[in-house]
Amino acid sequence: MHRAVLNRVLLHPAAKPLLWLLCLVPLAGWVWGGFHDRLGANPAETLLRGTGAWTLRFLCVVLAVTPLRQWSGLNALARWRRMLGLYAFFYSVLHFLAYAWLDMGFDPAAVVQDLARRPFALVGFLAFVLLVPLAATSFNRAIKALGAARWKRLHRLVYAIALLGLLHFFWMRASKHRYDEVLVYAVLIGGLLGMRLWRGMRTIPVLQGHDLSRTSRE
Amino acid sequence: MSARSHGHPDHGFFHPVPSEITPAEVYAGRRQWLRQLAAGTGGAVLASWAARDALAQAASSPARPGKLAALPGTRSAVPGALVMDKPTAYADASTYNNFYEFGTDKADPARNAGKLQTRPWTVSIEGEVKKPGVLDLEALLKLAPMEERIYRLRCVEGWSMVIPWVGFSLAELIRKVEPTGNAKYVEFVTLADPKQMPMVGSRVLDWPYVEGLRMDEAMHPLTLLAFGMYGEVLPNQNGAPVRLVVPWKYGFKSAKSIVKIRFTDKQPGTAWNKAAQQEYGFFSNVNPEVDHPRWSQATERRIGEDGLFAKKRPTLMFNGYGSQVASLYAGMDLRKFF
Repeated sequence: MHRAVLNRVLLHPAAKPLLWLLCLVPLAGWVWGGFHDRLGANPAETLLRGTGAWTLRFLCVVLAVTPLRQWSGLNALARWRRMLGLYAFFYSVLHFLAYAWLDMGFDPAAVVQDLARRPFALVGFLAFVLLVPLAATSFNRAIKALGAARWKRLHRLVYAIALLGLLHFFWMRASKHRYDEVLVYAVLIGGLLGMRLWRGMRTIPVLQGHDLSRTSRE
Repeated sequence: MSARSHGHPDHGFFHPVPSEITPAEVYAGRRQWLRQLAAGTGGAVLASWAARDALAQAASSPARPGKLAALPGTRSAVPGALVMDKPTAYADASTYNNFYEFGTDKADPARNAGKLQTRPWTVSIEGEVKKPGVLDLEALLKLAPMEERIYRLRCVEGWSMVIPWVGFSLAELIRKVEPTGNAKYVEFVTLADPKQMPMVGSRVLDWPYVEGLRMDEAMHPLTLLAFGMYGEVLPNQNGAPVRLVVPWKYGFKSAKSIVKIRFTDKQPGTAWNKAAQQEYGFFSNVNPEVDHPRWSQATERRIGEDGLFAKKRPTLMFNGYGSQVASLYAGMDLRKFF
């Protein structure tokens, strides 16, 4: 399809609300499943796994926005990055709630003890904690208060968060010897971060000797 | 009223006042109440009292699901063979499985085990026995009378079920094959056919799946050679046509779809122990005091029972079979030999 036309479609006033609704589909599925006893034999596990999976997926989607925009030239995609990022945070909150409530019965002492005993859970908790300042500074006023440069530096934390999330998933699956799903996310996240690394290296003139790159910086 | 006659069944008769008459629902529900107590909701002390008292009461026997061929069994008289806990729904027991040969997702075995050919089936008896050989399934089915046993099953992952199995004590088979003095362990080998089992080509585990028991564990009356569940033959995903069930150990010790039973003097190298030595021990007795390296074993989620928002239930030592099996491990450091 012609890039300009696609761009106009994406800029349509209904596009963002539609995407907002679409992002709620996983949650809707669980709520419906809960009422109709369709969460499987172990509903707590289904919810814990499902919320975790969607956190990782939304993180991947967020990380894909900029490369996709740059590759396709569809600048309209940029408008969606904040919402997608906030949805990643939203599902991470649900994931932490599923753990703290369904697994640990909202017992703070039990949670502390459990995190101390399970490195993979601690890593996940760390990733969640790091998401909080990002969510808190996602609003326009926060961006203005921080200033573009500081805000950008803070939000680069999403790279660490994605890697911590991946480590969390890998470590959990390792004790059951189940690596296939982990591999998929590893390739995705590795690719999305690798792309930035490659781009970053290309645009640093020093690394290219005297050749000043013509590609624009992010 | 004199102390002798007051309420004493042998001394006189009192007309009960209407308010003393037990309401019909309470009377009808008394077995349920006893069962609930026995299951532990009344607290540990009350539970053991209720369990002893309620032993005479029938443990609930679920109706046949009507999916597979019938395999009836008479209620076992072996001590501990019929727990009072409510059996898990057949739909859950037959669709939430760990049988990695058919896939690593819980839903995979039910989805993919259709390819498993359970007839003809043979079990090869090998090793330190006076009567080695190959037994076909028909011979095994006739070896001893089929019993119904209602066992708790505790998975190492932290969930549990209650399954009404049909089978007989492994000891019946062992006595028939006459192990020699060198037989210190029994090794069980599961079928590993890449044509029928999609994951056998992968390296998720070392194939074939091997499990093992010490001789005294294998001879224990509770160790079950199971051919059916819920009054029918085993569904493929539950380890058809013949499997092991060792209720006081984590579920992965209960090898499925057995093709070989070998008597040996060396401790067998078991699948999960080979995969992760620090995490899955040879004995793997259910023990709330010994954590898995990555998660606590102090609690469990009973499938279909504990509500979504209810706290998980405490795990019982030896999965509640302590009175029957603790003596096997007297003096053994259960943390070292986990």
